[in-house]
Amino acid sequence: MSDDARRLHPVDVVIVGGGWAGSIMAKEMTEAGRSVVMLERGPYRSTAADGAYPASIDELEANFRYKLFQDLSKNTVTIRNNSQQTALPYRRMAAFLPGEGVGGAGLHWSGVHFRMPPDDLRLRTRVIEKYGAKFIPEGMNLQDYGVSYEELEPFFDKAEKVFGTSGEAYMVKGQVVGKGNVFSPSRSDHFPLPALKDVYTAHLFRKAAEEVGFHPYSLPAANASRQYINPYGAQMGPCNFCGYCSGYACYMYSKASPNVNILPVLRRHPLFELRAGCHVLKVELDADGRRATGVTYTDPDGRVVTQPAEMVILTAFQFHNVRLMLLSGIGRPYDPVHNEGVVGRNFVYQNVTTSNVWLDRSIDTNQYIGAGGGGVAFDDFNSENFDHGPLGFVGGSPVWVNQAGVKAIAAARSGGPPGTPRWGSAWKAGVIDTYRHSLRIDAHGANMAYRDVYLDLDPTWKDAYGQPLLRMTFDWKDNDIRMNRYVVDRIGDVAKAMGARRVNLTKREFGKPFDTRQYQTTHLGGGAVMGNDPGTSALNRYLQSWDVHNVFVIGANAFPQGTGYNPTGMVAALAYWAAHHIRTTYLSHPGPLAG
Amino acid sequence: MQGLAGVTACSTVLASPPGHTSRPTPYAPRFFTPAEWAFLIAACDRLIPADENGPGALALDVPRFIDMQMGTPYASGAQWYMQGPFVQGPDNLGYQLPYAPRDLYRRGIAGMNAHAATRHGRPFAGLAPALQDDLLHGAENGSMIFGDMPSTVFFDQLLANVMEGAFSDPVHGGNTGLGGWTMLGFPGARADFMDWVDRYGAHYPLGSVSISGETA
Repeated sequence: MSDDARRLHPVDVVIVGGGWAGSIMAKEMTEAGRSVVMLERGPYRSTAADGAYPASIDELEANFRYKLFQDLSKNTVTIRNNSQQTALPYRRMAAFLPGEGVGGAGLHWSGVHFRMPPDDLRLRTRVIEKYGAKFIPEGMNLQDYGVSYEELEPFFDKAEKVFGTSGEAYMVKGQVVGKGNVFSPSRSDHFPLPALKDVYTAHLFRKAAEEVGFHPYSLPAANASRQYINPYGAQMGPCNFCGYCSGYACYMYSKASPNVNILPVLRRHPLFELRAGCHVLKVELDADGRRATGVTYTDPDGRVVTQPAEMVILTAFQFHNVRLMLLSGIGRPYDPVHNEGVVGRNFVYQNVTTSNVWLDRSIDTNQYIGAGGGGVAFDDFNSENFDHGPLGFVGGSPVWVNQAGVKAIAAARSGGPPGTPRWGSAWKAGVIDTYRHSLRIDAHGANMAYRDVYLDLDPTWKDAYGQPLLRMTFDWKDNDIRMNRYVVDRIGDVAKAMGARRVNLTKREFGKPFDTRQYQTTHLGGGAVMGNDPGTSALNRYLQSWDVHNVFVIGANAFPQGTGYNPTGMVAALAYWAAHHIRTTYLSHPGPLAG
Repeated sequence: MQGLAGVTACSTVLASPPGHTSRPTPYAPRFFTPAEWAFLIAACDRLIPADENGPGALALDVPRFIDMQMGTPYASGAQWYMQGPFVQGPDNLGYQLPYAPRDLYRRGIAGMNAHAATRHGRPFAGLAPALQDDLLHGAENGSMIFGDMPSTVFFDQLLANVMEGAFSDPVHGGNTGLGGWTMLGFPGARADFMDWVDRYGAHYPLGSVSISGETA
């Protein structure tokens, strides 16, 4: 491929993917005086153009024609439930919605901005400490991240300040300071902005959860509750709860995005160059495969181009990072039969079900009002905050009302209460009642890693460039189904306390396979995980490839387990953590940072 | 008896005076043939009928919306992965046919009309509403197959587009007069609730507004 490729002038760092992780790494590397080229396969995007009011708040275009999302016609994945099946292409957007274009999914995300719970970072160790090694089910590849909350704390803090995150702390520097999440660890500082106001449904949920004896808190939201200028000098406006977050470029400049919070500053830097419409085909390695020499990509004119670089940082979406490693021969591919190899191992998802609560018809729930990251949650059944011993499963779920703004087409398609026809007059009556007087409560659960759930390259289907598609082998497992069912029953308690007229508890069902046709979440993870053991992780704890030391891979691909929390806050903190060690150690002494 | 009741209901609608809210805006379809258009109008009228809860799909110009959509890249499958081989598998692994939305309509409507003709001796649009509902239920439940296309594939495509037409911004040709949004209680492009976010449980007083500034 490289023989007839055009070779460009070498740069210090090439970054693959122009979303949050790529923008953070580019900012950090230019601050360190390194020349950076950031390659983004999708088009150039800006909030000014793609978030212009009112044209941009078009639900059909944004949420049903996927204007800002990945172009599946060029590249998708194949999916199967187990390794005996033939995986089939994911031909239409449904279960998950990866992004594309400058800003990546960071342009059209919702904004829920969490820190990873300390216990989640060392889940294997913690579970064995509390319940013994036999508690871990056969076939579960439970692992630690190899990094602690204390080590990551400064980088969680930095990311929150860059994102302009709104929230209420519970504990700062060991002192209880507010009504934040009682299960959350101590912080070095408050959130940069106060929590968003509760929408009505979140307010009711907070009261009811308290009444039942749970510990509700305001979701940390990268939606600015006030006007804000971040440490880079980028400006955000106050969120007006317009309800157009997920799928949209925020027209109010209130939702953090690379396009608002980093790129306006980065693009002025003389050492930085952004190239959109450039699809990376592979990372080039030297003859013995121990060092990357750059990347090869197709440019917007379809020419194959090689960009030499001293360092390659992969910051594409979770599964694209894994695929690029497999296509480039970086790290040993995972072998599920022998549970050996690391690239593709511990592919994980998130275990989300949404329940519905109908209130009295005199009460309007005004579901169209919302902020993507806003709402109220309780963590009483998340992480290791509760005793799993008698329950016999690993993992948990935060529970929340995260009313991000329900719009008309989505409401029409979700219909009325269970049993209501999907069309006709009965549907109409049901959908009107449901839209006006109901609310949604999510169990946003973790998903454990299993030996027979993994990623590899598909033997049959190819992308538009002739390269094999990534193949997902995924199904829900008994442990995770039991966890979901236990937590959803707790939602029933809260709904009762809300004075519900009707409740629909949605639980994952035993024996019902993962369904690619229904939206679940885009919070995919793992496949190239971080850790301290090269036998079970593709990346060391600095997100550096164990095998090719000048390749760093930043993303949710590094998560050994699927977390109950939304991943972006952790991805951003990992980017700052890796960047810190690159800047303080790697640049002066290039080589393996661990092992 | 069900069929007869349907005929009665049908004649009531047909007897409505001009200007009745169930009539769509005059429109000449660009994609659909006259026979297909007749099917689409009849099916839309059953999927979202006009009733005491608000306008139906015809008053909301849902058929026009679908015809306009057929001229977009979406309808040619430009947003779907359409590379072969096309291998059929379990339903939960998703859509695996080589047909873009335009093909789904072409084949699906032909299939529905063929079933209507076989069972009842005339095309779908000429049947009494109760018989139309039976056929639509059959399509929804997968009791028919149109060549290699299960009827559910066509039905799901149709129902999804009908919902989009009734509830999307009028810029796309449906939701005429913002009738879909008004029925549901969705304010549309209002998109500023700074002063309403903590007015708990209260009814929002402003009507819907569209991207073009049309209000209701």
